[in-house]
Amino acid sequence: MSNWIDIAALEDIPPRGARVVKTRLGCVAVFRTGDDRVFAIDDACPHKKGPLSEGIVHGNAVTCPLHNWVIDLETGMAQGADEGRVNTYEIRVEQGRILLDGARLLARSAA
Amino acid sequence: MAQKLVVIGAGMASGRMLEELFAIDAGAYDVTLFGAEPRGNYNRIMLSPVLAGEKEYGEIITHDADWYRDNGVDCRFGEPVVKIDRKAKQVVSPGGVTPYDKLVIATGSASFFIPVQGNDLPGVVGFRDLDDVEAMLKVAGKPDGQAVVIGGGLLGLEAAAALKQQGMDVTVLHLMGHLMERQLDPAAGYLLQKELEGRGINIVCKAHTQAILGKEHVEAVLLEDGQVFGADLVVMAAGIRPESWLAVDAGLRVERGIWVDDTMQTSDPDIYALGECVEHDEVVYGLVAPLFDMAKVLAKTLTGTVAEFKAPVVSCQLKVTGVDLFSVGDFSQGDDREEIVFRDPGRGIYKRLILKEDRIIGVVMYGDTTDAGWFFEMLKTGEDISDIRDTLIYGPAFQGGEALDPLAVVAAMPDSAEICGCNGVCKGTIVQAIHDGATDLGAIKAVTKASASCGNCTGLVEQVLASTLGDEFQVPTPSGICGCTDHSHEDIRRVIKSQALKSIPAVMQEMGWKTSCGCHICRPALNYYMIAEWPLEYADDLQSRFVNERNHANIQKDGTYSVVPRMWGGITTPQELRAIADAAEKYNVPTIHVTGGQRIDLLGIRREDLPAMWADLNSAGLVSGHAYSKGLRTVKTCVGSDHCRFGTQDSTGLGIKLEKILWGSWTPHKVKLAVSGCPRNCAEATCKDLGVICVDSGYQVSVAGAAGMELKETEALATVATEQEVIDLAVAFIQLYRESANYLDRPYKWVAKVGMDWVKQQVVEDAQNRAALCERFEISQSVYRKDPWAEQAKPEYRPRKWAALADLTLEAAE
Ligand SMILES: Cc1cc2nc3c(=O)[nH]c(=O)nc-3n(C[C@H](O)[C@H](O)[C@H](O)COP(=O)(O)OP(=O)(O)OC[C@H]3O[C@@H](n4cnc5c(N)ncnc54)[C@H](O)[C@@H]3O)c2cc1C
Ligand code: HEM
Ligand code: HEM
Ligand code: SF4
Ligand code: FES
Repeated sequence: MSNWIDIAALEDIPPRGARVVKTRLGCVAVFRTGDDRVFAIDDACPHKKGPLSEGIVHGNAVTCPLHNWVIDLETGMAQGADEGRVNTYEIRVEQGRILLDGARLLARSAA
Repeated sequence: MAQKLVVIGAGMASGRMLEELFAIDAGAYDVTLFGAEPRGNYNRIMLSPVLAGEKEYGEIITHDADWYRDNGVDCRFGEPVVKIDRKAKQVVSPGGVTPYDKLVIATGSASFFIPVQGNDLPGVVGFRDLDDVEAMLKVAGKPDGQAVVIGGGLLGLEAAAALKQQGMDVTVLHLMGHLMERQLDPAAGYLLQKELEGRGINIVCKAHTQAILGKEHVEAVLLEDGQVFGADLVVMAAGIRPESWLAVDAGLRVERGIWVDDTMQTSDPDIYALGECVEHDEVVYGLVAPLFDMAKVLAKTLTGTVAEFKAPVVSCQLKVTGVDLFSVGDFSQGDDREEIVFRDPGRGIYKRLILKEDRIIGVVMYGDTTDAGWFFEMLKTGEDISDIRDTLIYGPAFQGGEALDPLAVVAAMPDSAEICGCNGVCKGTIVQAIHDGATDLGAIKAVTKASASCGNCTGLVEQVLASTLGDEFQVPTPSGICGCTDHSHEDIRRVIKSQALKSIPAVMQEMGWKTSCGCHICRPALNYYMIAEWPLEYADDLQSRFVNERNHANIQKDGTYSVVPRMWGGITTPQELRAIADAAEKYNVPTIHVTGGQRIDLLGIRREDLPAMWADLNSAGLVSGHAYSKGLRTVKTCVGSDHCRFGTQDSTGLGIKLEKILWGSWTPHKVKLAVSGCPRNCAEATCKDLGVICVDSGYQVSVAGAAGMELKETEALATVATEQEVIDLAVAFIQLYRESANYLDRPYKWVAKVGMDWVKQQVVEDAQNRAALCERFEISQSVYRKDPWAEQAKPEYRPRKWAALADLTLEAAE
């Protein structure tokens, strides 16, 4: 079951930027692309846990600020020769507000 | 007896609905039509040509008095409905009450007036109906009138173009980064802006309106950054709001618009609604095509046929004469999507198709929209395009067309475009030389001197050769700076300058980028080139910066940061040291390290502590040390003649002076300086980007040293007698480096490419050029010589940038 949580306004994130949401399982990075789509993934690079929210966002991907791995925001998969994946979370925008599906985040923390 | 149908709003949607209704059954209802405007229905879309003076009001009337009379419509124009009484089933208007059996609400929408001081002054108008147009035309008639249009969307731009045609001086203030951001991507937005600017319309993006100024009438518009634009007329085109208050008061279900089901029925079975005032399936529409579909559905519903409104795909076009643009569908990128981009810089054409599973799902076109209909049709039918994929972008007429021209950039340049900056050689001169027989690089160099000095323009000269000679000349394979482009850094820098490209989308379009928004390699480089070339006009794009420069601190391997306050020339005071010690304790700094650049480095700071820590350091007078930037880092000094028995000059004082002049500047890579008080060289000046060694008779200035992965001693630039001469040389050298080096080349690498002789000639021998370099540096510093920490530590900055977006750690699990 989904549990949509209103976390912020779309305007609170700069286009081609990201901000983090704190959860009991660590930070989740919420991205806004140049064309106003939003994505939520764990804020830890599969390589050495670099904070992906601080990377450069291009198209539908982010480049990790530590060693330039490129992570696809939609699938969480590392691109190119690198291998690895981060968790992705359901997220959507409704009437200018960002809604994050807390079901998995909260359920996992309760477990 | 026929039932009573009351319609509120005599606009485009209700007009079409009545036509459809009478066509099905002319006698089904006695219709009473209320309209707030003192006139019947007209083609609202055509208000822009009326405003521009291209059409008369009479030409855009869709339903005249005869039509209403022939169809037996009781017209109550100029009479707004003020209340719906659902219990009594009647509507209230100034003329009294009118009973209904069925009611249709078609009140459209109203211009949104942004909530700033002065938005109610006379002279501030919306753009919605003929009254607005007449109000605008009245002001436009005055000589030398100034108009400000707030909002760079469809409506705003149509208004701006029309008012310009009426002879007004027009400025468009747009909140977002590019025009029509909801319909266009940045590339197409850039082309549109260029076209409109070419017509003399002034366009300001990222413009935050703070207030509208004036006493009895509007006089000017003030932006948050302090810019003021004089205005006799302000057009509010920042959006529209569904006109739904009647429904709200009547207790109908209203979301963003009046809620309707697939048959156009509201939450009351006797009340229907259509047009811009409704919301169907969570969508509110603002263009007529879907509203006409609604009109058909409602006419059927009212006559007892089952019909359902299905959300259509909506395309958009701008009605500004001479501007061709088209957009439809979803044009965001995605892993499951692919894009085909076609750019023709010469003709200002941009086309982009977005594909998903071999089907077109989005189209953006600018400059040439002849094939728009074809693409739109394929999008609607969901045709599989895999067979024609390679040639798809060329449209239906194409079969067997030519490949993209890699030389399009130079081919598009006018003859007057300067190719070689050092020797002031234009494209035309080179082309002439080629026609006169200079058919290789060496000959061009000899005849025109193009590329004979620093050599940065070699790539472009070769491309001019190739585009002029065709197959006879083979260009060495281009080495693009990244996968997004085949152009080199040198080419990009020259073209930015000669074509006066002032934004990242502008460069991407004019130089034919293969991606729509670049990548982490080209965007930071382009951002730097913009800052260096257009310091006053270009606004730094934080999203194109690496993390350290965006956060003004060095990221460490565990995601914490290091903070290095500036110690001018390596000099500090007990107060500063105490402030640093206090901050270290307050924020539990695990490691304090003294750097090789004579600074104190506080390591292991948590991101969220950065602004508070900076504020503390700021209050002790400490500013950012820029230990994280591709910019001026440190000027290291020795204690010199103040204390040292060998000291010949005030090395510390000179170092501090240099640092105070240079700090805050952005450079292609980091820049470090040092000043030693005598040739014993305690400050290790001879392995810096620029080093000064003091001697009895003056100062030895040397440059292009390195002590990193490579170790290299500096090379002598000049020996001079006064501190001022040292400062001028240093500033001119760094400015030359800023203007001509590739992004991420340290000075020693750049000097190796362009040659020390050329550098000396520019900086030392040519006094006039030196002065010009210093002047340009100073212009740039008027913007960038400031403490970024002070700004980022401001309380209003903290929640937007530094705080978490949300904290779910306290949220209870279910
Ligand atoms: C300048 C301009 C250019 C446009 N260009 C295009 C274009 O190129 N392509 C496109 O598809 N669309 C365009 N549009 C949008 C298009 O005109 C609208 O989508 C369309 O007119 C909406 O139809 P409607 O019937 O819902 O509302 P409207 O046509 O606005 O009609 C609503 C009417 O209801 C009246 N009314 C409101 N409240 C009351 C009340 N309480 N009592 C009585 N009457 C009331 C209003 O005065 C108005 O006359 C443009 C709009 C404008 C203003
Ligand atoms: C986490 C690791 C490191 C951090 C955070 C760090 C940080 C810094 C900082 C902030 C400076 C001052 C920069 C300046 O003066 O502009 C500096 C200078 C320097 N660092 Fe490091 N450093 C690190 C690792 C290293 C390593 C591993 C080496 C060498 C093997 C090194 C060699 C130097 C040298 C030689 C300088 C002086 C350069 C100069 O003055 O020109 N550093 N470092
Ligand atoms: C009597 C003579 C000297 C005095 C009084 C003196 C004083 C100092 C002082 C105060 C410092 C630390 C402060 C600073 O870096 O600014 C220093 C650093 C240094 N001195 Fe000397 N010095 C003398 C001679 C020399 C000589 C002759 C050399 C080399 C040939 C030398 C090499 C250095 C070096 C390499 C450093 C380190 C610089 C750094 O950390 O950045 N010193 N000296
Ligand atoms: S460089 Fe010369 S003047 Fe400076 S501290 Fe060393 S010995 Fe003294
Ligand atoms: S931690 Fe992300 S690339 Fe190394």
